[in-house]
Amino acid sequence: MIRVNKLVKRFGLKTILRGLDIQVEPGEFVGLLGPNGAGKTTFLRILSSLARPNLGSVEVAGYQLPQQAAQVRSRLGVLSHQPLLYPNLSGEENLTFFGRLYNVANLGSRIAEVFELVGLAGRERDLVRTYSRGMQQRLAIGRATLHNPDVLLLDEPYTGLDQDASEMLDDVLKKVTREGRTVVMTSHDLARAQDLCSRFDVLSRGKIVATTSRDGLARDGLLAFYRAAISQPAEATHGA
Amino acid sequence: MGLKAISRDGQPVQTSFLRSMWAVVWKDTTAEFRSRELLSAMLVFSLLVVLIFNFALELNARERQEVTAGVIWVTIAFAGTLGLNRSMAVEKDGNCLDGLLLAPVDRAAIYFGKVISNLLFMLIVMVIILPIYSILYNQNLFVPGLLGTIVLGIIGYVVSGTLLASMSVQTRTRDVLLPILHLPVALPVVIAAVRASAYFLQGQPMDLIWPSINLLIGYNVIFTAAAYMLFDFVVQE
Amino acid sequence: MQSKPVALKVLDGVTVSLMAVSVYLVLVFAPMEAVMGNVQRVFYYHVAAGWVGMIGFLFAVFAAVMYLWKGDRKWDVMELAGIEVGLIFSFINIVTGSIWARPIWNTWWTWDPRLVTATIMELVYIAYLMLRQGIDDPERRARFGAIYAIVGFLSVPLSFFSIRIWRTIHPVVIGSGDAGAEGSFDMTADMRTVFFFCLITFTFLAVDLLWHRVRLGFLADKVEQLKMQLSS
Repeated sequence: MIRVNKLVKRFGLKTILRGLDIQVEPGEFVGLLGPNGAGKTTFLRILSSLARPNLGSVEVAGYQLPQQAAQVRSRLGVLSHQPLLYPNLSGEENLTFFGRLYNVANLGSRIAEVFELVGLAGRERDLVRTYSRGMQQRLAIGRATLHNPDVLLLDEPYTGLDQDASEMLDDVLKKVTREGRTVVMTSHDLARAQDLCSRFDVLSRGKIVATTSRDGLARDGLLAFYRAAISQPAEATHGA
Repeated sequence: MGLKAISRDGQPVQTSFLRSMWAVVWKDTTAEFRSRELLSAMLVFSLLVVLIFNFALELNARERQEVTAGVIWVTIAFAGTLGLNRSMAVEKDGNCLDGLLLAPVDRAAIYFGKVISNLLFMLIVMVIILPIYSILYNQNLFVPGLLGTIVLGIIGYVVSGTLLASMSVQTRTRDVLLPILHLPVALPVVIAAVRASAYFLQGQPMDLIWPSINLLIGYNVIFTAAAYMLFDFVVQE
Repeated sequence: MQSKPVALKVLDGVTVSLMAVSVYLVLVFAPMEAVMGNVQRVFYYHVAAGWVGMIGFLFAVFAAVMYLWKGDRKWDVMELAGIEVGLIFSFINIVTGSIWARPIWNTWWTWDPRLVTATIMELVYIAYLMLRQGIDDPERRARFGAIYAIVGFLSVPLSFFSIRIWRTIHPVVIGSGDAGAEGSFDMTADMRTVFFFCLITFTFLAVDLLWHRVRLGFLADKVEQLKMQLSS
């Protein structure tokens, strides 16, 4: 579903991604872990077509980036820690707007379905401004999956959520990923990642330095795996 | 994009230009008519400018006739800056701009959507301000030529302003920067529009007015084309 | 670190010599203009400075287009160099013009299209520097800078034409003269020699300064790079 080869991204003189390679198969739920500044957000911005690679090839859902950005965009849902919603529109209006941009068929019934799915039925007409942080994040999932994307990118989706809201988000995420979607998620919350993801990749200094499946890990073994991965010298490319 | 890209399930991949552009206009107007944040700010500010000019210039009835065109265009330029800033700030707060860019729509459709909404808001403000000005200063402003000039000038002002505002909101100095970037670039619009407006109010013959009108049209064409080509670069990292 | 290239050293030498000769030509060799007197001599440097300003801005806009097209950082360095050189020389152009205008037009300043346009161009590119200053990410700074350099450049001729709707009193010395212009004069053969010598001299000066500024930009980039290598 996602094929990235020798990806290099520079910002001015700084090189953020230095020859990153990763392959994600359909239906996998990849947890992308790594310290701050490792390039996780930059990598997701490239996958979501918001930033262009300097070198290397990027293929998402069978299309090349940046050449086939429109095709990729129509198959991609993105959820970040910012909800990407308009506070002065109601929940329903927000989804109507994005539904039109994505050219979603039968928009009205699809929106009702989404509100049901994320547990916000009954709040459609309220302004997003009046939603709690957790509700906004759930509506954001609705926005990200409105057009039934094949690939879902989640950038630190738990930032700023309290315990209850996080658990609700967990439930919704499990629901929307059960349908065989490919997911890449960055997170600092290892416990939550271990619970959700089927595979873990560690991004450090602009490269994937280690990868493992959940089956290959002992119970609560993720922290040890992560520590070992980021303490490797910079030259190492693949571990585990 | 020449050929329409077709996806595997036969659906057009990129949402059509007009459809996405009107979606942006619908979104902006729906949000604005509910909150009226932008319109009320522009309106009150415009009224204040008109009032301040009255005292700053200590106008008597005859002098007022002569500076009307200038006062109107200063009002438009300053209130416009306020509106353009706010309209792009809405997209930048909470990173909604990213949300727009993630959708399979032509970048230019987003730009033109924003232009049309900004244009609508400025015209609404003028529709309210001009009659008030007419009443306050007992001057008839319902000269068709003047109204046409105002529309032409506002188009030019918004076309360049929306492009520059989409850059200025992404800088550290945000609100302060837009007028500094925009006013020197919008100067031809202001100069030509003041000239044409004043001539229309004085009832001068058309061959005196045409050069200004042509300049406004030229500016609008050149900057629409330039913005169409350059907006992609504003939003692409 | 590479030392100064030989070609640049030669260019430095040529430019300095030409400048020295031009001072002699302007102050001593050129005949005194009959009506205006010695103050007319400012004209040689006034036009030449305006010429270099234009070279700087044109070079910058060319680099801006190249940057957006190719995305190579070197074009950003060149663009900034062009605008800095353009700003300084346009400023010299305005100031020398003012010095000349005081005795001839009896005022330091008039709202003539050429004067106002030159000033607006200064303001546009000062705004350009402020835009760059407000952006931390070097890639975005370069991208937005290039866009604004182009947009600003497009607006300058339109400003000129819009102001021209008012009457002009600025003399047109080269090309067809405007009968209403005040302070115009006919150049004698010697004056013409000095005039073109100054233009050529300042062209050398422009290339020399641009080269130095671009080289400085590249060196600054290298320093940045070395700093990053050390810190990582």
